Amino acid sequence: MLRRIAIATLLALSLPALAQAQSRTRLTVYTALENEQLGPLKALAEAAVPSIEIAWVRDSTGVITARLLAERANPRADVIWGVSVYSLLQMEGFDMLEPYTPPGASALRPNMRSDRSPMTWTGMDAFVSAICFNTVVAQQRNLPRPSTWADLLNPAYQGQIVMPNPASSGTGFLTIAGWMGGMGEAPAWDYMTRLHNNIQVYTHSGSAPCNNAARGEYGVGLSFDMRAVTLKNQGAPIEIIVPTDGVGYDLEATAIHHGTAHLDAAKALVNWAVSRPAMEAYGRWYALLALPGVTPVVQNYPSEFAERLVAADFRAVATQRDRILREWTSRFDGKSAPR
Amino acid sequence: MVGSGATATLAAGQAPPITGTPYLVVEHVAKRFGSFAALRDVSLTVEAGEFVCFLGPSGCGKTTLLRAIAGLDPASEGRITQGGRDITGLPPSARDFGIVFQSYALFPNLSVTDNVGYGLRGALWPKARRRDRVAELLSLVGLTDHARKYPSQLSGGQQQRVALARALAPEPGLLLLDEPLSALDAQVRHHLRGEIRALQRRLGVTTIMVTHDQEEAMAIADRIVVMNNGLIEQVGTPEAVYRRPASAFVAGFVGRSSQFDAVMEERGLRTADGHLLPTPILAPVGTTLRVFVRPEDVRLSAATGTGLSAQVTALEYLGPVCRLALEDGRLRLEAEASPDEIRDIGAQPMVRLGVSLPPSRLLLFSSDA
Amino acid sequence: MPAAARPVTRVRRRLSGDQIAMRWTLVLAGLALVVVLAAPMAMLLSRAFEDASGAWVGLANFATYATTPTLAASAWHSVWTAAVTAIVVVPLAFTFAYGLTRSRIPGRGLFRAVMMVPILAPSLLPALSLIMLFGNQGLLKSWLFGGSIYGPPGIIAAQIFACFPHATIILAVALTTADARLYEAADVLRAGRIRTFLTVTLPGAAYGLVSAGVVVFTLVVTDFGIPKVIGGSFNVLATDVYKQVVGQHNFNMGAVVGIVLLIPAVAGFWLERWARKRRAATISGRAVTYVPKPRLARDLPLLLFCTGIAAVLVGIVAIAFWSSLIRFWPWNLSLTWDNYEFGRFDTAGWGSVLTSLQMAAWAAALGTPVIFVTAWLVERTPAAGFLRGTVGFLATAPLAIPGLVLGLAYILFFNHPSNPLNLFYGGMAILALNSVVHFWTVGHLTATTALRQLDPEFEAASASLKVPVWSTFARVTVPICLPAGLEIAAYIFVNAMTTVSAVIFLYGADYKPAAVAAVQMEESGQTSAAAGMACVILAVALAVKTVQVVVSAILDRTTQAWRRR
Repeated sequence: MLRRIAIATLLALSLPALAQAQSRTRLTVYTALENEQLGPLKALAEAAVPSIEIAWVRDSTGVITARLLAERANPRADVIWGVSVYSLLQMEGFDMLEPYTPPGASALRPNMRSDRSPMTWTGMDAFVSAICFNTVVAQQRNLPRPSTWADLLNPAYQGQIVMPNPASSGTGFLTIAGWMGGMGEAPAWDYMTRLHNNIQVYTHSGSAPCNNAARGEYGVGLSFDMRAVTLKNQGAPIEIIVPTDGVGYDLEATAIHHGTAHLDAAKALVNWAVSRPAMEAYGRWYALLALPGVTPVVQNYPSEFAERLVAADFRAVATQRDRILREWTSRFDGKSAPR
Repeated sequence: MVGSGATATLAAGQAPPITGTPYLVVEHVAKRFGSFAALRDVSLTVEAGEFVCFLGPSGCGKTTLLRAIAGLDPASEGRITQGGRDITGLPPSARDFGIVFQSYALFPNLSVTDNVGYGLRGALWPKARRRDRVAELLSLVGLTDHARKYPSQLSGGQQQRVALARALAPEPGLLLLDEPLSALDAQVRHHLRGEIRALQRRLGVTTIMVTHDQEEAMAIADRIVVMNNGLIEQVGTPEAVYRRPASAFVAGFVGRSSQFDAVMEERGLRTADGHLLPTPILAPVGTTLRVFVRPEDVRLSAATGTGLSAQVTALEYLGPVCRLALEDGRLRLEAEASPDEIRDIGAQPMVRLGVSLPPSRLLLFSSDA
Repeated sequence: MPAAARPVTRVRRRLSGDQIAMRWTLVLAGLALVVVLAAPMAMLLSRAFEDASGAWVGLANFATYATTPTLAASAWHSVWTAAVTAIVVVPLAFTFAYGLTRSRIPGRGLFRAVMMVPILAPSLLPALSLIMLFGNQGLLKSWLFGGSIYGPPGIIAAQIFACFPHATIILAVALTTADARLYEAADVLRAGRIRTFLTVTLPGAAYGLVSAGVVVFTLVVTDFGIPKVIGGSFNVLATDVYKQVVGQHNFNMGAVVGIVLLIPAVAGFWLERWARKRRAATISGRAVTYVPKPRLARDLPLLLFCTGIAAVLVGIVAIAFWSSLIRFWPWNLSLTWDNYEFGRFDTAGWGSVLTSLQMAAWAAALGTPVIFVTAWLVERTPAAGFLRGTVGFLATAPLAIPGLVLGLAYILFFNHPSNPLNLFYGGMAILALNSVVHFWTVGHLTATTALRQLDPEFEAASASLKVPVWSTFARVTVPICLPAGLEIAAYIFVNAMTTVSAVIFLYGADYKPAAVAAVQMEESGQTSAAAGMACVILAVALAVKTVQVVVSAILDRTTQAWRRR
């Protein structure tokens, strides 16, 4: 008797999931976009392309990429929308991306779209490594405001800086790739060795340093701009500093997963993803958009940083990744226990 | 190997003449657990309606034989037939028996009624018939008043009777009892064994009981199967096993006895100390024999004249009889006598008494056995 | 008789329908365990011998591993934090369990309930509370004298909280089964209290102590949630797997670390089995239950100790709850319910709680009968020694497998295009299945313990009465073991609610579990919302556990009348 009731309850619990509408084409979209962006983007996209329905699978860049790679024998994603270009290049290497040039993609900035023809991915926006600087903590501990990477070498910051471990976080890798692009590789290693003295913790996740700075756990967190903006808009006493001596950047990009069963629907979504209305939507959160001429409306975003971007050859960096990480790990990771 | 040769005439423990028909036939059965042989070439015939006890020290194979007959641990070799049907390799459920385990294995969450009626299912046992049968059995074992109770609410003896009733309920052709009384205290055990015997007589069900208690086996069984080291030593009535043991093992294991070595001479048996016990020639002259004698067969007298004599080293008063320990050189004897006789011959510790051992009561075995 | 004359007749044993059915069902259970456990694990572990393109490279990955100093350091970190945690937790848990079972302190039932709380909470919860208390902006930061909670102190402190109930439950059982007659004998022989404790109590609980130590050690080594949140940059094996797979997308090295991670866990597992075998020889079936007499000199300190522990446990949960109400820690401490509007932080919103409920309910509803029947078959199938041993081993193995490793194995195996089971991938079924397998061992051990208390001749007795073994199973075995069954169900349910590591790779578009949502919120800086989600999970688990206790009590009254004399 008890068992029968239990089963009935379970069935009742499962019904809503079963009763979903089947009329529109359901696209499984893997993403690493911030949670608060998913709802609005889904609404806009489904309104613009009525024949599709978006089902998000969202996780951090690392987890979502690991899943995509682990699933590659039998893909589950139809579209990848809002995932780091480095991840997409890795997937491109495994022939996981469907070559397709959406109409209008050629209008995108040349460094923010695939150089293949047809294209394998299209850019959405750029995000850069940035410094989250907690003004309250700075006042308490008498920390000067840094404006360049070089400023962080000041002994006053000893034990006050937290940055992501590049071996476990894409943001961490983006940061050191930027240093290498800006300074050249050998000076960058030298810089990191000296910075290491001021670092308190290398965190596992890319968001954690800025979260920690926002909570006042540490004065300075190296992270990416988007995270910092979100936290600042929540009321965190942080200043978002894009260093003036050149920053590494990463693109959020869109691609169709090779072998999707819903190719037409996927193409329809990707077409919209490079359109002006989509770019305007990205502009609510990001300051540098792939389509020139779209004015971002994001709040609390540091202005005029486009010129600070270091020149990046994504593909070259991606191929060097393993070597750089191995070097980084043997130099810093073993000694990274908190002092 | 045992009971052979010189003493054949004395120790031929033949079963009483077969009156019924063979019901259970065990032929050359062996059972191995890995490299250990628990049963080695065992043969046995049980008559319909008979009550047979398997008796032996622990590890002798008696429970193994019972479980082979039940099919719980089927035999490795040989043949077992029940009522003419070969059951050797059959699973328990395809055989026809009821069993009472040492632990009873009563279902603790079922009432006495449900336990007893557990095997009464299917088309053969409609509800009314089933109810009647349970009531009949409960009254048979005297538990009618306890029908609604759970096993844990009953005493050990009552639980045992529930187990018996449960085993008998489906009217099995064979009842197997695996040390059913060993968990009970002495008085209950004594009482229950009488009840089991009476019940078995009344129902006429062929019954095999495993026990290590020889008194229990003597009291209850039509025939006793004495086992040792995975072999049957002897099959016989209680009296035959006691009076005419087939081997030195049986003589020593069943009942009390004194034992000593002696050599057969023309005039009698010569003990190790050189005493001569006058007997007819019972075995080839010159052979060394193991001699057993029951305490009640040792004749005592006050006279310490020409014959054998021994000193009393201990005297126990047991009520109807007294038990004496006697010693003469290397010879040690145990004897029994009535308190009156003890008084008449003046037996008390340190006193020497005349001893005689009636030749017809001596149990002789070749001593290499 | 001339023995040579007689031909030997070998007996061909015929099994009854029941016995054949039992054996084939056991084969089926074994095959099922191979499919849901052995095959996925083998598939993952084989990756350790391949490179990224799938070519065989032998031991090259292991060589790389051994020559990377940081990875070796992680192994040492894992071992020593686990050892320190065990060394701290076991005496605390022993004293607490002693208070529960060997004293007359008031409120023992309440203490027992409070002690369970950490099991009901996701491991994120203590880590968040500890940051609130001892982080650099923490309320009690000054207690650390300038030290940092991030790293080993935080890991160990949070693990102590998380492992405390596991150790206490084991030790309470060990102390409950004491034989009162030994204490009487010690008393009669004029042994002092300390001597009695050292010569009777401790040896009696020796197996429990070993077992508790091993369980704590294994839990710490395999847990990844706590070191991720509060470990700072202190690397342990579990975070190394994460770093390899999630950070560098290097599945091959991830598999290598997974294998290394299995070593301490498997070693602990064998140590525990060894200790269990030794105990079997010393336990007596006729023990008399020990009933402690009131004694102030013992009870008062124990009462204070238990109150202190309970206060800490409740305090940590209270801190987490408080933090879930804070508007923005630590700058705006005004309270609000806004953080419980999960839709603001995660697209799934409250839906993830429903997903977790469904997943846990399915896992408990399907897992409990399967685990119980398998345990019964392992215990009671006639003969078939090898088969029983193999299935028994498979059933006890999941304890040693970290959730993250199992989760990865599941992706690779169940999402393989040539696997016909891949249609379950991404759905509810795979989540529930993964939870069942992940928590199989404890259910199996619970069922086995309950089954071993039954008379071993039940099946023989019913066969002699021509009653099918299934009928006896349903009429006798299951009703008697109902309380154990409920316990298994509640255990699976609660753990499925709180687990992260096993499911983080497996959830599909519509099925994000609440514990995963909490981790993601924490990661994106929504600490208060994450704490809120953790508190919701705790509340659901607490409710289910309460239902189990109440239903058990009702069942006890209505169906277990036979237990009373």
